[in-house]
Amino acid sequence: MYELVEKSEIFNVHKMVIKVPGIADSMKPGQFCIIMATEFGERIPMTVSDWSTDTGTITIYALELGISTLELARVKVGGSLYAVTGPLGTPSEIRHYGTVVLGGGCYGIGGIYPIAKACKEAGNEVISIVEARYSPMFYHEKELQQVSDQVLYATSDGSRGKKGKVEDVTVEMLERGARVDQAFFMGCTQMLERCSEATRPYGIPTKVALNSIMLDGTGMCGACRVTVGGETKFACVDGPEFDGHKVDWRELQQRKSAYTEQEALVYQSFSHECLAEKKLRGEL
Amino acid sequence: MAIERHSMAEQPAEFRNRNFEEVPYGYTPDEAVAEAQRCLSCKNRPCVSGCPVEVPIPEFIALVTEERFSEAARLIKTKNVLPAVCGRVCPQETQCEVKCLRGKKDKAQAVAIGNLERFVADFERENDLMEAPEVQDKNGLKVAVIGSGPSGLTVAGDLVQLRYEVTIYEAFHRGGGVLVYGIPEFRLPKKVVETEIKALEDAGVTIHYNSVIGRLYTVDDLFNRLGFSAVFIGVGAGLPIFLDIPGMNLNGVFSANEYLTRSNLMKSYLFPQYKTPVIIGRRVAVLGGGNVAMDSARTAIRLGAEKVTIVYRRAREQMPARAAEVHHAEEEGIEFRLLSSPVEIFGNDEGWVTGMKCQRYELGEPDESGRRRPVPIENSFFEIDCDLVVVSIGGKANPLITRTTPDMEVNRWGYIVTDPWGRTTKRFIYAGGDIVTGAATVISSMGAGRRAAKAIHEDLSKESDETFTPEWW
Repeated sequence: MYELVEKSEIFNVHKMVIKVPGIADSMKPGQFCIIMATEFGERIPMTVSDWSTDTGTITIYALELGISTLELARVKVGGSLYAVTGPLGTPSEIRHYGTVVLGGGCYGIGGIYPIAKACKEAGNEVISIVEARYSPMFYHEKELQQVSDQVLYATSDGSRGKKGKVEDVTVEMLERGARVDQAFFMGCTQMLERCSEATRPYGIPTKVALNSIMLDGTGMCGACRVTVGGETKFACVDGPEFDGHKVDWRELQQRKSAYTEQEALVYQSFSHECLAEKKLRGEL
Repeated sequence: MAIERHSMAEQPAEFRNRNFEEVPYGYTPDEAVAEAQRCLSCKNRPCVSGCPVEVPIPEFIALVTEERFSEAARLIKTKNVLPAVCGRVCPQETQCEVKCLRGKKDKAQAVAIGNLERFVADFERENDLMEAPEVQDKNGLKVAVIGSGPSGLTVAGDLVQLRYEVTIYEAFHRGGGVLVYGIPEFRLPKKVVETEIKALEDAGVTIHYNSVIGRLYTVDDLFNRLGFSAVFIGVGAGLPIFLDIPGMNLNGVFSANEYLTRSNLMKSYLFPQYKTPVIIGRRVAVLGGGNVAMDSARTAIRLGAEKVTIVYRRAREQMPARAAEVHHAEEEGIEFRLLSSPVEIFGNDEGWVTGMKCQRYELGEPDESGRRRPVPIENSFFEIDCDLVVVSIGGKANPLITRTTPDMEVNRWGYIVTDPWGRTTKRFIYAGGDIVTGAATVISSMGAGRRAAKAIHEDLSKESDETFTPEWW
């Protein structure tokens, strides 16, 4: 029913193109889908990095992290996913800000693309900053370059761009006196927190796309609740974007780690097969 | 000497509180006949007046006495499309059974109408006697139903029989709404709900799963882009309420919606076969006194909690839960701390719940709901040792649809305003169930669905008449 039409792998990031015409028609930048690979799997929120109303497809970049994303990564082209629900979440506010900095790491490298594209179309100067451990781990590059006035890189080993992270590149820009009217970050929670703290002293309006634990994605359960500016918000319907300077990061990190133990347990229950061994036996 | 009411055999409490199998086993045919013979077949049918959908109760019971069980089931279905569900979850003791003449002296001796309803529906299903509904030629009019809970299923069932082309949009990957995400397996086996939904699909209803209206399409899209002539909104209440006390966002504090959805819909109780985890509390506190609180507490004990405590602000007789649920919970070893309410939840450095501070209450003057208002007693604090808290104190209206349909009126709590037939203030949009009334019962939602289906049929039949403008619009 939800056919996987294209798939490729960049280290443990899986690009997956899924045929879901209705969702592709309604998708807006900043929104996400909830995906179940199998009937037994979890409902995983996934940022949508691209979509096409012509082909009726959406593109996600899934980071293989646990059992459910592993099951997702095992789906073959031509196979189908059990459930894809979306679009979910409040779309990004796109308008003419002036200069917009978009920072992305992990799945956020692909995730910032639709926002960059929309910001560009709204007449903004778009500076995209992406981070990875080392140079070959970047992806969705050409697309991002096409919608950005500048793409800046940061790598942990210095193999491309600045040695460091998104916030280091951002601070460097700001120190040089570059004018930034709006910053936007997407990636792991640590990165979002560091980037928010980096822009705070400069008073740059900063939005972050939070990725708290979700279940239904429609506001029904409250699993994703986060404290923003002292108020409890639901990331699935009030967000996922919030003011990065107002998020209670400690609480968010703690809530995100709630199932670490169970996640480890269930991961071990999966029968792992060594692909190298399979290849040696001529089964691949 | 009158014959005593036949109670249903059930799993012993000390055994069932460790499994998720259904608690009562159901009647045997002999028990059903014997119970049915207790019915006095009153001419003025007081029981029917207590039923929100007016099931022909004495008539179906008469069929049971003649062992015409599947005919009885079919007779109920002329008024109630989900008898196997309602036989299990309806609050009969405040609806039909409370009016029963047999229970005039002793309420516990009313004819067991719910048990009989369950029996005939189960008999029909388990013996494969369900008649495949006739698939009718369509009349060319499309109706969209948002949500596949009790009200949506009723609207769909009624309208498909009236030859409408009915499409249900369901947000989750399974149909049934609260019947699958909320009510646990041990109270309502999911195969019962699946059978009902399958029957609707066989009758020609299309169900689109994973479809969140308000995001995927707006209600206006359903009319303008997808060509529907009428839309019924039955999305349930939807937003959980948390208490405004410190510690509400600690790890180990769940809304009942989340806790039950994990366990029921995502089948966390079968973890790790099903991959969605749930936290197994050692000592669990459940806040609230309704059916959902009972379901949460009984789920917690089955998941392996050592001790489960229900903390409720009012007194026992004010608990909104069905008597049977409170009784079952007590039997299963759940403790009740009544006239108590939390003021703070304590956590450790890692952000996990470690305990709860509560305050005692006493009953004061009656409030607007007619129940005596609980009043806190000064300096009467006490602590409960717990590592998991389930908050089950009700919900608010989910705004996903109402916000994207701004020209449809909602009241100050966000619930949709309708006339008695479910017509909203916007033409050809209807609503029913919890999104109109706030949290209520399965059967009252079904009643609302039935009325809305009638209104939809009436309005669409007259629409070709150009002078047609219902008073309400």
